[in-house]
Amino acid sequence: MNPNFTIPKFRLPTFIASLGQKLPQWPHALALVAGLNAALKMKLLPEDELTALEDKLFRVRVLDTGGEASYTYRGGLFRPVFRPEREPDLAFAANLSAYLQLLARQEDPDTLFFNRELEITGDTELGLIVKNMLDAVEWPKLSDRLPLLRH
Amino acid sequence: MSSLPELICPAGSLPALKAAVDNGADAVYLGFKNDTNARNFAGLNFDQKTMSEGIRYAHAKGREILLAINTFPQAGRVADWQKAVDAAVDQNVDAIILADVGLLDYARNRHPQQRLHLSVQGSATSYEAINFCQREFGIRRAVLPRVLTLAQVEHVIKNTTVEIEVFGFGSLCVMNEGRCWLSSYACGESPNTVGACSPAKYVKWDKQPGTMETRLNGILIDRFGDDEPAGYPTLCKGRFEVEGETYYALEEPTSLNVLSILPEIIKIGVKAIKVEGRQRSPAYVTQVTRTLRAALDSLANGSERFHVKPAWQAELSKVSEGSQATLGAYNRPWR
Repeated sequence: MNPNFTIPKFRLPTFIASLGQKLPQWPHALALVAGLNAALKMKLLPEDELTALEDKLFRVRVLDTGGEASYTYRGGLFRPVFRPEREPDLAFAANLSAYLQLLARQEDPDTLFFNRELEITGDTELGLIVKNMLDAVEWPKLSDRLPLLRH
Repeated sequence: MSSLPELICPAGSLPALKAAVDNGADAVYLGFKNDTNARNFAGLNFDQKTMSEGIRYAHAKGREILLAINTFPQAGRVADWQKAVDAAVDQNVDAIILADVGLLDYARNRHPQQRLHLSVQGSATSYEAINFCQREFGIRRAVLPRVLTLAQVEHVIKNTTVEIEVFGFGSLCVMNEGRCWLSSYACGESPNTVGACSPAKYVKWDKQPGTMETRLNGILIDRFGDDEPAGYPTLCKGRFEVEGETYYALEEPTSLNVLSILPEIIKIGVKAIKVEGRQRSPAYVTQVTRTLRAALDSLANGSERFHVKPAWQAELSKVSEGSQATLGAYNRPWR
């Protein structure tokens, strides 16, 4: 990853969100789950923490694209949930730029949370487990294998 | 001009440790994945394997690893804390940071060659207390609680041969370090007992249109408007109604930032500057380490032309709790 590349804070125009909400949500969920399962396959996620995720329902909402993805972790795999029938155990909501900044390790989730750019609701301890689990992943190995994460 | 103080940075994970080393920390402090340290949060900290790898990484680049065993052994479980000390020695850490006098005594007798630091949780604010720990346990360094003015820090330094470490950046709480029970008041658990202030399982963020409420074990801590900065969900940073007025009755969410008084801190002979935040992500460690390294390096040739660059201030303000910073007690006119 180019160390000089920085992702600016931005917000997409509001019409994109209203458009995005009308589009099918399954591609987001599939892409997200594929990424997480790739990390699983490379044994990047610690087993102790993964057991805490079993059968939990997660929702990631991208505010300025109007997209959202729900997924769960069951039997050693992340699985998309296309029509969630209950409130998620843990929900994230932020603009696209905040997620990109988190993914690139450019910003710290606490910073985004303090500045109200990242919303975390639901089971707070589960949120902390997920956050710390992702923080502990040595992403460069992942970005070597996932061309999408290369810059 | 005294020599530059060491920069001591936090790590809650291997990527954070590597970020600290790569961005110029002289030493990185860590904790085990259990309640022997005061950042015992789910998924955080080091098991034996990741710690060994981290130590190898730091030592290969000539940096030190300090291990915090800074909670107090609980009744019936003293052996768990003693085992942590033994494990730290086995890991070949450069120093162990201890708070409890019983544990200091154990470490001193069992591992006389091991370098020991007195933790901020040991709550030693006077040179008498520090010199006592030097005489009895052979401590080589003490981390001062964040309650002293700069003049008081200088007074301590002048009256001890123990190295003095002070905090330079990070979240502030009520700073009753090692003695705070506010978290226990709300939920029966505190840093001293379980290694975590306001454990996450008691925290609830409740988002409603236009507001967000924070509750700790059901107690309403704060209510934020959509544009207001948020802080950690601790009692000391809540807004409460006192005699008809609702305000931050104990303390506002804020971070300590000593950039503007770095020359004075160096001048009085501080040996090391510590950054708070083992619970934060590698991104935070990178940003804060990089900034303080640049500021310290700019002082290497004297302080006459030192000025705080706006970019440093902007970088640190961004990661601050409540998005604001203070000099804390250092520049307090009263004692």
